[in-house]
Amino acid sequence: MAMSAVKLKIDGMEVIAQKGATVLQAAKDAGVRIPTLCFHERMKPIGSCGMCVVEVGGLSEPVASCETAVEEGMSVITRSDKLLKARQDALTALLVNHPLDCPICDKAGECKLQDLVFEHGITHVAMRPPTSKFTAGYSNTFLRAWPERCVLCTRCVSACNEIQGIGALQVVDGAEGRRISYDESKCVSCGECIQVCPVGAILEKKAELRWRPWEVEKVRTTCPYCGVGCQLLLHVKNDRIVKVSGVEDGEPNKGRLCVKGRFGFDFIHSKERLTTPLIRGENGEFREASWDEALDLVANKFKQIIAESGPDALAGVSCARSINEDSYNMQKLFRGVFGTNNIDHCART
Amino acid sequence: MTNSFGEFYKAKMFLVIGSNMAEAHPVASSFLRNAVRNGAELIVVDPRKQRLCDIASMHLQLKVGSDIALLNAIMNVLIAEDLYDKRFVENCTTGFEGLKEKVSTYTPEYASPICGVSPEMIRETARRLATVKPAMLCYTLGITEHTCGVNNVKSTANLQMLLGNMGMECAGVNPLRGQNNVQGACDMGALPNVFPGYQGVALDASRDKFGTAWGALQMSSKVGLMMPQMMEGLPSGKVRAFYIFGENLANSEPDIHKVEHELGSAEFLVCQDIFRTETTRFAHVIFPSAAWSEEDGTFTNSERRVSRVRKVCSPPGQARPSWWIFKQLARRFGVEWQSNSTREIWDNEVSVLGPAYGGIKYSRIENNGLQWPCPTEDHPGTSFLHKDGKFTCGKGVFSPADWTPPAEVPDEEYPLVLSTGRRLYHYHTRTQTGRCRGLNDLLSEETADISGEDAKSLGIESGEMIRLKSRRGEISVRARITHEVPAGMVWMAFHFRESCANWLTNAVFDPVSFTAEYKACAVRMEKL
Ligand code: SF4
Ligand code: SF4
Ligand code: SF4
Ligand code: FES
Repeated sequence: MAMSAVKLKIDGMEVIAQKGATVLQAAKDAGVRIPTLCFHERMKPIGSCGMCVVEVGGLSEPVASCETAVEEGMSVITRSDKLLKARQDALTALLVNHPLDCPICDKAGECKLQDLVFEHGITHVAMRPPTSKFTAGYSNTFLRAWPERCVLCTRCVSACNEIQGIGALQVVDGAEGRRISYDESKCVSCGECIQVCPVGAILEKKAELRWRPWEVEKVRTTCPYCGVGCQLLLHVKNDRIVKVSGVEDGEPNKGRLCVKGRFGFDFIHSKERLTTPLIRGENGEFREASWDEALDLVANKFKQIIAESGPDALAGVSCARSINEDSYNMQKLFRGVFGTNNIDHCART
Repeated sequence: MTNSFGEFYKAKMFLVIGSNMAEAHPVASSFLRNAVRNGAELIVVDPRKQRLCDIASMHLQLKVGSDIALLNAIMNVLIAEDLYDKRFVENCTTGFEGLKEKVSTYTPEYASPICGVSPEMIRETARRLATVKPAMLCYTLGITEHTCGVNNVKSTANLQMLLGNMGMECAGVNPLRGQNNVQGACDMGALPNVFPGYQGVALDASRDKFGTAWGALQMSSKVGLMMPQMMEGLPSGKVRAFYIFGENLANSEPDIHKVEHELGSAEFLVCQDIFRTETTRFAHVIFPSAAWSEEDGTFTNSERRVSRVRKVCSPPGQARPSWWIFKQLARRFGVEWQSNSTREIWDNEVSVLGPAYGGIKYSRIENNGLQWPCPTEDHPGTSFLHKDGKFTCGKGVFSPADWTPPAEVPDEEYPLVLSTGRRLYHYHTRTQTGRCRGLNDLLSEETADISGEDAKSLGIESGEMIRLKSRRGEISVRARITHEVPAGMVWMAFHFRESCANWLTNAVFDPVSFTAEYKACAVRMEKL
């Protein structure tokens, strides 16, 4: 056994884990699921929700597995009546402030809280009347906070500070308890906070369409803007992109996006798209044409110019926005068919 | 990029020169921020106090277009103080003596008045770079968009080789490519001198190879024209037909008056695009193309990673994928291309003809993409180049260069330097982002970013409309007074037509790369 490995027991099963790993990680690697709410794979453990509690041999009280490191010889229990009760209590405490407005919440269907409440069989929670900390929400062009739904897990704060390094969100203590404060002047609308919020407390304001998470197909693709090449999931309903999120474990961006990648998708659905070949007429105006007519016109004109002046009288620039296969075919056309190397693109802008 | 974004978070030192990463490559900058938070050092070299300066340990606010003087002076100190990586220089490079001689005149005292950075700061930079290793050098268009762009690039490589920061993780020379697939367009041979995979058109062997594969009628061995030369050939009739796929040259190229004159004089102009643009106004025929998400394909990012792009909806109306349009034209010349989908084009042609992509097939990039070189189907791809100091041509070659000023420098008539770039909320000429809900609300017009000093001397208030003039044109634009810009400088982007910086910019080019000098021209500012 390598020095960096630790042997422990999880629910009676022998498990070998990396030294320094958390109990949560070791359990996951061993195929044991521990419920979590605030923990997020891309962030340091936050330890705010109390859902991931486990019993550790020798300790009288359950501990948060997301924050507890494995130890040699440790014995861990992940399911017991005591733990169920602790988790139910943790959820009930959240629901005291969280309206069960799932029917009108955009997050319903992919909400961690909704799933955990269902899993733990919690019903009939008496709500406290909302305090002001739950009524003053922030918003900007692309996002809107629904603070009454906030479970104060602080994932969004970690996302904005730890992942994006922007620092527009903070936890502040007020007269009526903790709340999330937002500084619009710092926010760069990257939407990372939306992506990591486990509930419907930060939602995007973008598409005109409404949809339910189970109605969309998610398709992985690459961002059409800058040379980082972030991996996106397109959420598609009825042939329209309604939302974009980052591919959590995708390379190179590891789930992150910027404002253009997350919110710059709807140009393809614009009414101003070109939909038919156009030919300039005698009067200088464009008129619609069929593909055959337009392609014949171009091919004949090119043939004429090649015959009269040679292939180097043609020149073309390809598109640095479009796919490789398009650029490949364009240079193939110029080199292999027309016979000129006058092919370039705006590599330099 | 010689290295990868995945290395950013664990790097110890960054030298970011001429890269407004926080706005132009925001996700890359987030990884850099993570590294700095974990204790990495960041040295920013930029004429503006750009967003990364907040977290930088040093900001070298150099004068526009003085990069080589500064870099040579840093190398001068490294050599004079014996701080360079002798082992790397001896074993993995050639041409050191030439470099040593060239930079010997660039003492910090000599370079300082040229670049505006104090001799102490130059020395301190050299010493920091010699202490914390390796360093990742990142640059963007602030290096390339000068008449001395190629020499700028060479100088960054000289510095990294002198420091031995090559051929390992968290090191290297890393140009962040601007457009999503500019790397891919180069790789695919949309360049006048090379076939796909950088195989020279002048080589008989490559012409034979591609000629056979393509069943080509004739193949030219003559290196073709670069884009600015093509456009300059339009008025004279040297170029009679011009085929523009996707680019909005009428806004994106320097000196719009000149560009529009050239486009307007084309005998026959074909545009292939997804929207009407300022450029399609000059077309004789417009082909409607499928857009991103309307066809399967691949993009190649800055770190040479080939990733999948997927179709989720059909193109509108009669719009068709561009590869299909090119195929139909070939057919009209009597050439029938076999491949009938992007997958077939990639798997059966690109990957077969380009040795660096030999191991990249659609089936292997369903999830994460692969980074070339990836020669065989069991190769994992290459995250960083020149491993162990091995360069493609054997050893790394030092290419010393002298500093040369921009083609147009301020004078009495045009006393300010105009430098251009990009802003966070838009992309290029806004053909795409201008049609996305919300982005126009976040940034609805262009501004001329100017210093408080210059504003005060002309009595200009922030938000006031002003006039900017250069030898090429003039525009009215709103002034934005900001501490980011030093006195004597105006900074703008080219996202908006009316107030586009390219009415003013200078159509002069690097003699080798033909990159235009977007970063420096002379202007005058007037109160309206
Ligand atoms: S959108 Fe991005 S910058 Fe703005 S608050 Fe959310 S995480 Fe922070
Ligand atoms: S807004 Fe969402 S992510 Fe942020 S603390 Fe509230 S529940 Fe957690
Ligand atoms: S999401 Fe932003 S950073 Fe990522 S590729 Fe797109 S434009 Fe670039
Ligand atoms: S998941 Fe561990 S405390 Fe929330």
